[in-house]
Amino acid sequence: MSGAQKSFWKKSPAVWPLAGLGLLAVVNLIFSKNFFAISKLDGHYFGPIIDVFKEGSICMVLALGMTLVIATGGIDLSVGSVMAIVGAVAATMLQNGHPLPVVLAASLGVGFFCGLVNGLLVCWARIQPIVATLVLMVAGRGIAQVISNGQQVQIFNKDFIFLGNGFLGGLPFSPILVSILYLLVWLGLRRSAVGLFIEATGDNETASRFAGLATSRVRCLAYIVSGLCAAVAGLLAASFISDADPLTAGQNLELDAIFAVVIGGTALSGGRFILLGSFLGAILLQTLTITMNFVGVSSAVAPVPKAVLIIVVCLLQSETTRRWLGGLWKKGASA
Amino acid sequence: MPAAETPRPPLLALRGIGKKFPGVTALAGVDFTVRAGEIHALLGENGAGKSTLIKVLTGVYAPDSGEVSLAGQMIRPASPRDAENLGISTVYQEVNLIPTLSVAENIGLGRQAGRFGFLNWSALRRHARAALARLEIDCDVDAELGTLPLAIQQMVAIARALDLQAKLLVLDEPTASLDEKEVAELFKVMRQLRSAGLGIVFVTHFLDQVYAVSDRLTVLRNGELVGEFRTTELSRLQLVSKMLGREVVDEDGRIKNSSVNPPPASQSPFLEASQLGRRGAVHPLDLTLHRGEVTGLAGLLGSGRTETARLLFGIDQADTGEIKVRGKSVKINSPRAAVGQGMAFCSEDRKVEGILPNLSVRENIIFALQAKRGAWRKVSRAEQEKICSHYIQALRIKTSSPETPIKNLSGGNQQKVLLARWLATQPELIILDEPTRGIDIGAKAEIEQLIAKLRTDGLAVLFISSEIEEVVRNSTRIVVLRERRKVAELTGTDIDLHQLLHEMAGVAKTP
Repeated sequence: MSGAQKSFWKKSPAVWPLAGLGLLAVVNLIFSKNFFAISKLDGHYFGPIIDVFKEGSICMVLALGMTLVIATGGIDLSVGSVMAIVGAVAATMLQNGHPLPVVLAASLGVGFFCGLVNGLLVCWARIQPIVATLVLMVAGRGIAQVISNGQQVQIFNKDFIFLGNGFLGGLPFSPILVSILYLLVWLGLRRSAVGLFIEATGDNETASRFAGLATSRVRCLAYIVSGLCAAVAGLLAASFISDADPLTAGQNLELDAIFAVVIGGTALSGGRFILLGSFLGAILLQTLTITMNFVGVSSAVAPVPKAVLIIVVCLLQSETTRRWLGGLWKKGASA
Repeated sequence: MPAAETPRPPLLALRGIGKKFPGVTALAGVDFTVRAGEIHALLGENGAGKSTLIKVLTGVYAPDSGEVSLAGQMIRPASPRDAENLGISTVYQEVNLIPTLSVAENIGLGRQAGRFGFLNWSALRRHARAALARLEIDCDVDAELGTLPLAIQQMVAIARALDLQAKLLVLDEPTASLDEKEVAELFKVMRQLRSAGLGIVFVTHFLDQVYAVSDRLTVLRNGELVGEFRTTELSRLQLVSKMLGREVVDEDGRIKNSSVNPPPASQSPFLEASQLGRRGAVHPLDLTLHRGEVTGLAGLLGSGRTETARLLFGIDQADTGEIKVRGKSVKINSPRAAVGQGMAFCSEDRKVEGILPNLSVRENIIFALQAKRGAWRKVSRAEQEKICSHYIQALRIKTSSPETPIKNLSGGNQQKVLLARWLATQPELIILDEPTRGIDIGAKAEIEQLIAKLRTDGLAVLFISSEIEEVVRNSTRIVVLRERRKVAELTGTDIDLHQLLHEMAGVAKTP
């Protein structure tokens, strides 16, 4: 192994979600050959791997915003509820005959506003992020029910349904959209100094403030981006099922998003973040879910292997475990 | 009221206490004796070993060597609780009681009389009232502690401490957050307890208070015992010299400051602060900082040096006075506003307020400049690398690469990176708070050279250091603070060690 390769393997935390994916691929190769099958129908590609990307796109986009919030040293528990609010807003507006561009703009506006509320609670009211976003997590479902009159709202707009179910060049549209968002955010953060500001705020907020950075604005911005990402996720989720359900939309997805970020190598303590890692983390979670369907694990038991995978990846990321494993390896080699 | 003349066995005797931490010797063979019925002040500057000694005494740390005896019996307190049961009670600077509980609950907490897990409330109240009566404090034992004035909370803390069969009371900077009247109240209680035969260890930074209330004092410096003295037999000047480790010598021994020409008086100052103050931090003071001048801020620990710097830089908000920059009145209410005015501030607390530990040396260096420019005008990678290589060479920063995380650098090199961070913003005023603390001698000399260079380059420098020789050597003007007030300003030929010591100690120079 060459030096450059070696340092990549040593340094990049994105290696571990990749390793997890490799492990799942092996499991699938052994237990379910169909997993890798891709078929073509009406010019569209279908298959379990395509499904991973399509269905994983919601978690991916949530993880994008969550990465920034976690990098500033915070957390956003409200994203699942924001999805429900946005879904309810979009479906109700479509039902009332508003044109699609207006509906999309309003949905993103709602996401922006929710993020802003979280940001203000955290930065100006100085409430702990976990508590501040818990407020909207709990209240959000109620708000969504008020908007939709407590009912599921069906969606018939073809263009809206395309968001989650359409195809572009034979591939599903939603993962393409989410990938473009990742690229845009990555460019925006790295071409400007915002990425550095986020990492500095998470690394040492006091020092960043003393160096003349308006850390409150940086943290606020992260929550706003997370709100916007949750809005996109809410639109996708409603589009997938042509229906907005204020009670179940986005339920527990905030936890999946946090898992994806952590598996992807961004520490919950804040600081350095890796967008690619979060992307891979979300794919890993979705692959696991679909693999379990294939292998025939009942959905009631499914959370257990998920938890096992998460803990294994986290342990592999930890410096201590790796040193310990390295020690074992050496011992074995010398014996 | 000094202790009785007849030799009595001391209440508390520490003999040859030694304590090492990785890399530092906190205490090296220190003796410390407290008699019954005396107030004994424990004094020393930063790193003298006061708090380590207190922690050994109260069972937080186990000493590596030496022995402790209380009332003639050898003891080895294993925990604060253990020490309390032996009769050593401690009240810390920050009141660590529970503000949402009542006074009675706070006094009785964890020692409630009761049966089968139920509290005996009337006994609890009676108990608390008795404890407070002993201190002649009149307060409602059912009042919620947090609603009472800080001084009363402090008294409640003392009442709680004395609740047990206390023989020795340790007061660790109890006056830090009290005003003058409250301090007087506290002293009354201390004197009362002294007449009741308690031994009191009193840790404070305020020399006035030492002379007001203590019978004897022990001075530590760099983990070693300097000596034990009767308060009445030691002048303030002698005391300060002992704390700083600078014997007061005759005029010949003076250290001259190295800077030569004082700046032309006609030049308008960069910054003028008038009556700048903040309650509980610094009394209103005037301060003028000129370009091409190093203004030293001298004073003992707790004299308000850092507090003044924080007011100037907008970290804490002043509640009186105004600041003029370049002749214009400005409002500096955040570090960001201060940076916008061309100011820079190297904090004394490198770890907490300075470095971004996991970011690279390069990112740490360009950070303040980038923050000043804002998010959208990014310092290009080429420019970043140019700035970094310039400062890494100019300040001789030892790092394997600009991409190394700053946490892997030594303290001195981290300090240089922080200096580079501020110099890259091209400030007109740089505030250096203890820039040489905790770094090796070679790096210290380099930083002193740099300060001289900044001055000749035309910057205004505000230099804070507890090493008094450093202040004398490097300043063209020295502002002396004592007990949070500005007490003197020395310029030109007035600057010498002798004079400065007098001002810091608060005694007129004898002709």
